[in-house]
Amino acid sequence: MTGPTSQWPLWEVFLRSRNGLHHQHVGSVHAVDAEMAVGNARDVYTRRGEGVSIWVVPSAAIVASDPDDKGELFEPALDKIYRHPTFYEIPDGVANI
Amino acid sequence: MYSQALDERDGQPDEAVNAAFEQRVAAEEKIEANDWMPAAYRKTLIRQISQHAHSEIIGMQPEGNWITRAPSLRRKAILLAKVQDEAGHGLYLYAAAETLGVSREEVVDQLLAGTAKYSSIFNYPTLTWADMGAIGWLVDGAAIMNQIPLCRCSYGPYARAMVRICKEESFHQRQGFEIMVTLSRGTDAQKAMAQDALNRWWWPSLMMFGPHDAESTHSDTSMRWKIKRFSNDELRQKFVDVTVPQADFLGLTVPDPDLKYDATTGHYVFGEPDWSEFKAVLRGDGPCNAQRLAHRRAAHDNGAWVRDAAEAHAAKQHDQVEAVA
Repeated sequence: MTGPTSQWPLWEVFLRSRNGLHHQHVGSVHAVDAEMAVGNARDVYTRRGEGVSIWVVPSAAIVASDPDDKGELFEPALDKIYRHPTFYEIPDGVANI
Repeated sequence: MYSQALDERDGQPDEAVNAAFEQRVAAEEKIEANDWMPAAYRKTLIRQISQHAHSEIIGMQPEGNWITRAPSLRRKAILLAKVQDEAGHGLYLYAAAETLGVSREEVVDQLLAGTAKYSSIFNYPTLTWADMGAIGWLVDGAAIMNQIPLCRCSYGPYARAMVRICKEESFHQRQGFEIMVTLSRGTDAQKAMAQDALNRWWWPSLMMFGPHDAESTHSDTSMRWKIKRFSNDELRQKFVDVTVPQADFLGLTVPDPDLKYDATTGHYVFGEPDWSEFKAVLRGDGPCNAQRLAHRRAAHDNGAWVRDAAEAHAAKQHDQVEAVA
């Protein structure tokens, strides 16, 4: 038996589906370089036409928000309900608004 | 990005942090890779997800055995696609396990060393073409029963991988049932072959749900953590209830003399699997355990030159870029 598998860099995979939505994260693959990462992502994540475009990004390059900061980052948006159109009452009989 | 949060808060978490975690899980919030989680939750998931991944990878072998002998080009293309899916499922799951901070090589090496478990079912031989039908129908059917609740697992990356897997498993089960339909409507010899496959795969399929609830070691905590949603016995009952009518449709006989429908409960009553056989297979003494591992090791070793070449190529490209710069 050969020695343990050497760990290749991890790449995050994003796919844009046919319906024109943004690229969406679908998972990750290991690959020696970007070219192989695209090839592996194609084999693993698009066997049923899930995507028409692939992005691969070195996992190490992704900077994520800290889960502990969830409160201060996202709660301020929750109490600003006036940012949503449903906050406003439009009198009956007014059309096209 | 996944490992950065792991080093934080080493040692015992304070009770408030733990209580907040339990509360989030109870409220059906998803736990994500960088969120705080108890060490035992992480450990349980790494064990379960990597075993699940190993099962998909080893699971390629029983069916891979028939690719070259599939009875038509149509069946061959289907079987090839199914085995490719199993490889894909293994990879989705390894990726999900890695979000918990374990490395791919670590879990793969556990499989190659024979220290990791995988589903007992893949240690049975595939003796005839009808086994391709029975595996799709029964084994993938049982797997779907187990896996659908996992789509709602509290750990986000696992749940999302399972959504993808379940979509694909449905094809697996239906192609298997189609093989069973064709054989059971065929010649007497074909029908006998279908019956023989059902006879051999029925009990091992029931064992896939694991031991009785009373003997299941990890159940309670896994239920509370919403890793598991239904007990082994509940899922086994569900499987029997949906599968027996399908066997009836095929005109095949489920090999269980105790099997009968209980009209008052609306469930089938069924006999006891041979648990000593189950334990033997898990222990490594099943009909094909040694063969499956030997094959996986050989495949890994035979692929070494491809991995070496890929690394050499990447290094060369890198050097050329450096030289130009």
